[in-house]
Amino acid sequence: MTDVLVPFDEVIEKFDPALGLEIHVELNTNTKMFCGCPATFGGEPNTQVCPTCLGLPGAMPVVNGKAVESAIRIGLALNCEIAEWCRFARKNYFYPDMPKNFQTSQYDEPIAFEGYLDVEVEGETFRIEIERAHMEEDTGKSSHVGGSDGRIHGADYSLVDYNRAGIPLIEIVTKPILGTGDKAPLVAKAYVSAIRDLIVALGVSDARMDQGSIRADVNLSLAPKGSDVLGTRSETKNVNSLRSVERAVRFEMSRHAGILGAGGFVLQETRHFHENDGSTSSGREKSDAEDYRYFPEPDLVPVAPSREWVEELRATLPENPAAKRARLQADYGFSDLEMRDVWAAGALGLIEETVAQGTAPQSARKWWVAELLRRANDAGVELAEVGVTPQQVAEVQALVDAKTINDKIARQVFDGLIAGEGTPEQIIEKRGLALVSDDGPLLAAIDDALAAQPDVADKIRGGNMGAIGAIIGAVMKATRGQADAARVRELVLEKLS
Amino acid sequence: MSVPNELITRTAAELADALAAGETTSVELTQVHLDRIAAVDGDADAGVHAFLHVDPEGALAQAAESDARRAAGETRHLLDGVPIAVKDVLATQGLPTTCGSKILEGWVPPYDATVVRRIKDAGLPILGKTNMDEFAMGSSTEHSAYGPTRNPWDQTRIPGGSGGGSAAAVAAFEAPLALGTDTGGSIRQPGAVTGTVGVKPTYGGVSRYGLVALANSLDQVGPVTRTVLDSALLHELIGGHDPLDSTSVDVPVGAYVEAARAGATGDLKGLKVGVIKELAGDGWQPGVMARFAETVDLLKELGAEVTEISCPTFVHAMATYYLILPAECSSNLAKFDAMRYGLRVVPEGDPSAEAVMKATRDAGFGDEVKRRIMIGTYALSSGYYDAYYGQAQKVRTLISRDFAAAFEQVDVLVSPTAPTTAFPLGEKLDDPLAMYLQDLATIPANLAGVPGISVPAGLAEEDGLPVGFQVLAPALADDRLYRVGAAVEAALTSRWGGPILAKAPTLEVAR
Repeated sequence: MTDVLVPFDEVIEKFDPALGLEIHVELNTNTKMFCGCPATFGGEPNTQVCPTCLGLPGAMPVVNGKAVESAIRIGLALNCEIAEWCRFARKNYFYPDMPKNFQTSQYDEPIAFEGYLDVEVEGETFRIEIERAHMEEDTGKSSHVGGSDGRIHGADYSLVDYNRAGIPLIEIVTKPILGTGDKAPLVAKAYVSAIRDLIVALGVSDARMDQGSIRADVNLSLAPKGSDVLGTRSETKNVNSLRSVERAVRFEMSRHAGILGAGGFVLQETRHFHENDGSTSSGREKSDAEDYRYFPEPDLVPVAPSREWVEELRATLPENPAAKRARLQADYGFSDLEMRDVWAAGALGLIEETVAQGTAPQSARKWWVAELLRRANDAGVELAEVGVTPQQVAEVQALVDAKTINDKIARQVFDGLIAGEGTPEQIIEKRGLALVSDDGPLLAAIDDALAAQPDVADKIRGGNMGAIGAIIGAVMKATRGQADAARVRELVLEKLS
Repeated sequence: MSVPNELITRTAAELADALAAGETTSVELTQVHLDRIAAVDGDADAGVHAFLHVDPEGALAQAAESDARRAAGETRHLLDGVPIAVKDVLATQGLPTTCGSKILEGWVPPYDATVVRRIKDAGLPILGKTNMDEFAMGSSTEHSAYGPTRNPWDQTRIPGGSGGGSAAAVAAFEAPLALGTDTGGSIRQPGAVTGTVGVKPTYGGVSRYGLVALANSLDQVGPVTRTVLDSALLHELIGGHDPLDSTSVDVPVGAYVEAARAGATGDLKGLKVGVIKELAGDGWQPGVMARFAETVDLLKELGAEVTEISCPTFVHAMATYYLILPAECSSNLAKFDAMRYGLRVVPEGDPSAEAVMKATRDAGFGDEVKRRIMIGTYALSSGYYDAYYGQAQKVRTLISRDFAAAFEQVDVLVSPTAPTTAFPLGEKLDDPLAMYLQDLATIPANLAGVPGISVPAGLAEEDGLPVGFQVLAPALADDRLYRVGAAVEAALTSRWGGPILAKAPTLEVAR
């Protein structure tokens, strides 16, 4: 069945969207949630396992204290209440990548609850209410071999890697987000982005959406405009980039409107997001028959963080993001307009990291918001995923400051960095991009240029400084751009004085 | 081999003394027990059939190491070199662990349960793994997928359960010591019907790491022996905090041996004993009640003050237990799905993983296991949780309060361990409720987490079979069990002119 998609503007005319986001954050603890296995990403399959995370008969879980600490810090940063007493629960369902056929999670007693996070979209602030943030363990990872699309249907066989089984996760669940109207896709994106920034600032996760250390499930429903009853929701699973979050919301709004507009009913189901065309397709239907039979995990004792500990952790929280934004704007001397562009580009954190490496704020802003944003947009990726790190931007700017290269050549260095050609120095070396620092070749080129344009030389002698540009241009051309324009100007003036 | 070696009739404490005195070696002790097993244990069709797996090579190798340590003056523990049997529900590295189920046939754990680690570290050679009801569900060991264990007192009768294998092994002198597990009476009730001693420690007193869980909130590992002192020795060895078990309590192990020695002097002056009013009446075998009454009189003779105590919620213990246990076990047993270990049944055609799971579970689990998985799944279902599992947890709290109130008035509570003596094999196999009633007196302790012991109280008049006397104490007051248990044991042994097992029939040698 082909989806009938209603144009976005028409959706907004007739319907109010309700958003809900569930974000899974993989913590960067040394060990897993309930055992001592390493929690690092990327080991050989099934090498980071033990009786506990393999769910062998008789093995028992022990709670990772560091994971509890991270959960509390995330909860505090989300302005949540921290439970004085909470328990783990078993979520029972059968699946080959779940070693015990139940996931040890939290159910009606989460460690953190009733919080909020403010996000800003086009100058408007939206308060996203957080229902809960709870601790759980990740499952193993299935790969379906054979078949066309790597999905289980049509596969010849499946492999399971249990290295991921038991990695600590924090699941952050919002309350229904209402009143976002046409900004719903942007609010969803801004929220996930804000969560990511917060997680980075807390240092509790690698926060790599591309590696799945932050995964978003996007719930969306539509209700007729003005109605106060929520519509039936769809749950788009594992949307793994900020851009995809926005696209998934947009697509689901158009799809729901198509169904509702034709008098149909939206199915409550999970959906898969497709990066290639931004569409979603039906996963499994989530009927009321699905019953996880939650009950308190009898192998674990309750987690009861003392108030003293909670207050100690509160003192370790990074600066509030809004306050930090205002502070950085003042420190960096960015105008309101510049700041808005920086924020819209998702560049503030990157600029901050670049400045931390010694780069002037305006130079950092120029590279990220002008040059690199354009490249990210062209490639259809987030700025952070453009392929250049803050450290590299700082290195490039340092080379510009040292007059080893100029801004124009710097762009070629970025080309090389994105192409993976090595460090900035290696790229300059390989591509022969260094500025001509020896005056000899420059003087020769100047002589050639003056001889070729005698009328221009006269104008300069006559005090027409604007004419000097023609000589500098000719020298730059002769040196294939590798001359320092300011030095050329100095040399021309010396020669003609 | 038909004349048993005298060494096998000695207690573990006596064997430890003999080793220390150089009168015997661990290799000799281990060998005489292996010989005894070979002589009387038989198989699924005949003999005691206490063992599912015997490990002569491993046991003798451990024994040789023990002897070498002793020669070098590096003995690790009083019981170093004294052989032991281990219930097949405890993970043993390199030794099969089946839990009495077909679904785990052939599974060899890559790790040791903490209690197994502790007995290995102390130098006790492991003779083998003992038979049990499948996943510890049962009171007769008839639900073992590998055939029943038979009671050494009468091989047409049940040895109790689920730990019938450990109790029968000790009663038949196949092992001086065994480890059992007790979820609703699986150590104490087999102890009662085989004339042996069994202790369920305080919940959290002994690590459960490596115990294949039946019901996590009820299970506890404990000693199975022929004397109270031997239980105390073994309990001190296996007890104590384990960082791998979050529910194990971080308090020092009690002075159980000291308590047992003190009790054996026979002085119970000032001890307040409560007789649980609710654990008597219809369905209780007269011969059992008679021996129980005699033992209570004995306590009075030893100086105890005896009163009757009412624990009104205990009548709901059975119903509560049969909601909590199936709920937990329905989830625990989900892991047996053929994906990683154990039995794997692949249906015809090109089956999905789900079809393999279903076929394996259908073929691998016995009826009693399936019954409890279904009850538990139902009890946890959305819409029924509050009415069943939730309600059962509330009643559980009330039962704990009854215990708390009782222990404000008395130091220990007493009752018969089981309502009847050993019944004939097959008698209750088709009547689950009648089978469940065997645990009427033992279940409340598991629900409340308090410790209990069963010691022999003599033979019932009507059938000449052993009767158990149960003593219950407050949580973490396990030492009281040993004091009272040892006092009863000393007085009765002296009255009988020797241990009760001396009255057991000499076992026919199995072919």
